Amino acid sequence: MARRVAIVGTGQTDHRSHRPDVNGREMIYEAVKRALDDCELSIHDIDAVVIGNMDHFESINYVDTWSVEGSGAVMKPIMKVTTGGTTGTSVAIAAYYHVASGLFDRVLAIGWEKNSESDTTAAIITCSDPIWDRFSYSGAIPSLATEASAYMKQYGATQEDAARVAVRDRTHALNNPHAHLRRPITVEDVMASPMLAYPIKLLDVCPRTDGAAAVVFAADGVAQKIAPKPAWIRACAVRHTYTWFGDVDYNAGLVSLQGASREAYQQAGIRNPAEDIDVAELYLPYSYAGLKWIEELGFCGPGEGPGFIQDGHTDMGGKIPVNPSGGVISTNCIGATALLRVAEAAGQVMGKASQRQVPDVEVALATGFGGCFWSDMVILGTVRP
Amino acid sequence: MDNIAIVGAAQTTYERRKKDKTCYDLVFEMTKQVLEDSGLTLKDIDNVITVSNDFLDGRTISSMAVGEAAGAHDKNVSTVEGDGTFGALYGAMRVLGGFNTTLVVAHSKGSEGDVKHITNAMFDPIFQRFLGLEAITASALQASVYMDRYGIREESFAQVSVKNHGNAKNNPYAHLPMDLTIEDVMGSRKIADPLKLLDCSPVSDGAAAIIIANESYTSKAKTKPVWIKGLAHCAEAYFLGDRDLADPRSLRDAAEKAYAMAEITDPMKAFDVVELYDAFSYMEPLWLEGLGFCSPGEGCKLLDDGITTMSGTLPVNPSGGVLSAHALLVAGLARIIEAVLQLRGEAENRQVPGAKTALAHGINGPCGQSHCVWVLSSEK
Amino acid sequence: MTTERDYGQLLTLTFSTPMPYEWSIGKYGSLFFHEIRAHQRFIGIRCPQCGKVYVPPRRLCAPCFMELDELVILANLGTIMAFSVVNYPFPDPATGEQRPIPYTYGYIKIEGSDNIFSHIINETNVERIAVGMKVAAVFRDREEMQGNIQDIKYFEIME
Repeated sequence: MARRVAIVGTGQTDHRSHRPDVNGREMIYEAVKRALDDCELSIHDIDAVVIGNMDHFESINYVDTWSVEGSGAVMKPIMKVTTGGTTGTSVAIAAYYHVASGLFDRVLAIGWEKNSESDTTAAIITCSDPIWDRFSYSGAIPSLATEASAYMKQYGATQEDAARVAVRDRTHALNNPHAHLRRPITVEDVMASPMLAYPIKLLDVCPRTDGAAAVVFAADGVAQKIAPKPAWIRACAVRHTYTWFGDVDYNAGLVSLQGASREAYQQAGIRNPAEDIDVAELYLPYSYAGLKWIEELGFCGPGEGPGFIQDGHTDMGGKIPVNPSGGVISTNCIGATALLRVAEAAGQVMGKASQRQVPDVEVALATGFGGCFWSDMVILGTVRP
Repeated sequence: MDNIAIVGAAQTTYERRKKDKTCYDLVFEMTKQVLEDSGLTLKDIDNVITVSNDFLDGRTISSMAVGEAAGAHDKNVSTVEGDGTFGALYGAMRVLGGFNTTLVVAHSKGSEGDVKHITNAMFDPIFQRFLGLEAITASALQASVYMDRYGIREESFAQVSVKNHGNAKNNPYAHLPMDLTIEDVMGSRKIADPLKLLDCSPVSDGAAAIIIANESYTSKAKTKPVWIKGLAHCAEAYFLGDRDLADPRSLRDAAEKAYAMAEITDPMKAFDVVELYDAFSYMEPLWLEGLGFCSPGEGCKLLDDGITTMSGTLPVNPSGGVLSAHALLVAGLARIIEAVLQLRGEAENRQVPGAKTALAHGINGPCGQSHCVWVLSSEK
Repeated sequence: MTTERDYGQLLTLTFSTPMPYEWSIGKYGSLFFHEIRAHQRFIGIRCPQCGKVYVPPRRLCAPCFMELDELVILANLGTIMAFSVVNYPFPDPATGEQRPIPYTYGYIKIEGSDNIFSHIINETNVERIAVGMKVAAVFRDREEMQGNIQDIKYFEIME
């Protein structure tokens, strides 16, 4: 019988483009320390650790064993879970199963990246198949550009529609002291920024960030003693649908997110997402995703994304605020990025999101994105399932 | 812990170079074969764990290359990077945590990359990597610390190599079945003092898969279930200089936890067979000490007394162990599979008669920094 | 081992050792390159269950979890499904050298296939390229072919 599990504490670094003042282990430690402080536990209270990042971004093999001095896993069980961009949610879900299995009561999940330590695009290119795709593939941006062009063609969305998503996230980031990019921007700024790959411009995409995140998961019975208002895991779902970039059907939408949300909504009993969910932390690596993927999530109907954004439904104070933290467009330390979504959603449920708190959150949604158009989803709530 | 069991197992033969097969091919073949072994169909599988390593495969997000070959197309899936025992451990947690059946599959083609570069990358880039440390040189340090601590002679390690390569002659999957003498091992080429060629495992290509099921699904499978009675993992400090290399503390900790779960107090009495991760000859006696089968420093005595041979009271590595077939990541999963075959009574020429309780073990990181211990039983 | 950027007293360490690999292409992938060399044309593979044709040919249809073996001869023609003119510089992981920009990354549906083939299109002017245009593969000279993806030089737009 699976045990119920809740998040009881979260921590993150103050994210920057370069952290030459710390090595990877020291940066991991900063996040771990903050997560433990957040729930007033010591490392001795932690029974097991799960960690993830992307190996080639720092060129560290066996990050689990290399990092123990930073993660606090000396003489503790540690496991490495890694799935590319979805690593953070994969780590969170692994920590969930560590506790749900009954084997561990308090588990620490860690995601981190020092993107400054390598050329991110050169490293990400090696995710493509060396025989078939590596010669022509040029990183994440062109395949996202492909998706964006298909969406614009299908629904007549404009570059300005997308720019509004970037502006929203960057505006929200002003409330988040940990965010990497904390300078307000306008739609005009986005439109005037250099074209990277049509229709994607520099301010449409996420930055490269050095940072780490840590989240403490605890078992039913233990969690309530640690946190006055734990964030209960209501659902986890994962769809890593594709293996080959050439199989992705852009006209069918983000199939993996459709599948993951169907399963997660069913687990959590969500029928009307825009009504039943109070806040969403979505892994939106570029602005166009903020138009299209909220349709896959059922926040609005197909093609209604641009209007939904323009009407302010996803702003702070709107119907379903999206990315109060500033999201991925403001902070992107890849192995930590999806875990930050979970941490931020948990913070909202626990009522600890300070200036970025959405009032009276009962249900929060976090997503991960990565790999070959893959999606992960975690739903958190105040009510013990 | 709820009752969960391994209901399917499959492995490739292990060899130097599987030139005609991609990693995708190997994973697909194992997925198909493990389903056949269990009698389940892909529809019965509700989640998948793949095991891969980005350095070994030479690609970022190495899991992306094998997802669909593992049958994970529309399923909940995740990836453990590390030894297969850790992947299987996460697979078991997922069954304990609500899934019905986890398919775990690991692959590696050491022949495609340069394993020295790859294991060099496990060392800290700032302080160690440029010194040229990699798996063999670090292990040579560990072997020499161990010898020095207890006055062990190289011949004692050579004896392990003779035993395990000899056992491998009974294992049709093994990479290096060999008739050896102690003189052969002692006379083999020095690789990194005190390790000689025949003290070291080969680099093999291979893949393996298991299916772990909850109790209600065990009756759907056609195989005799092998019950998971205990499982635990633990890591110690990273830098070699921060550790006592002759004392596998984290293994002792993991073993104690796994034994407690399985209600084992005297491992020597409880176990009928052991499959452990002997990447180098010296590791077998050292890990046997960590696993509590003898006192510190007495690991070699177990073999001197004939206890760990096929005819002894505690056969260790009837398969020939990792010394006889070492597909990185896969090797720990192969230990679990060999234990499963023993407990099903299907280990053929390497069968330990009447084996009811078995131990399987895997390692991660330099010199066995992190260990994973499994207690398996033919009885619920 | 020098400091690349100035962080005052804080040092960094540079590591740029390339990792060598020799990847197996597999049975059907090898056939694909042999066919290009022998006949300058593509082959795909059909799923007996859903009927989808994949190019390059692969062993498995994932949604059906079905092993494939029915090879299909395809034309070296296709349609642009999507494209992106890449303007940002980054090192090519195969060589460590910076790739020349701009270049055009294309998603091409090869005639008679059901998935998308990725390659380079030799047109970098956004005004002269559009989704839906027909393209043809241009191959390397036969004596220069090496059995890899660059045996196809690029796709060119057909007038």
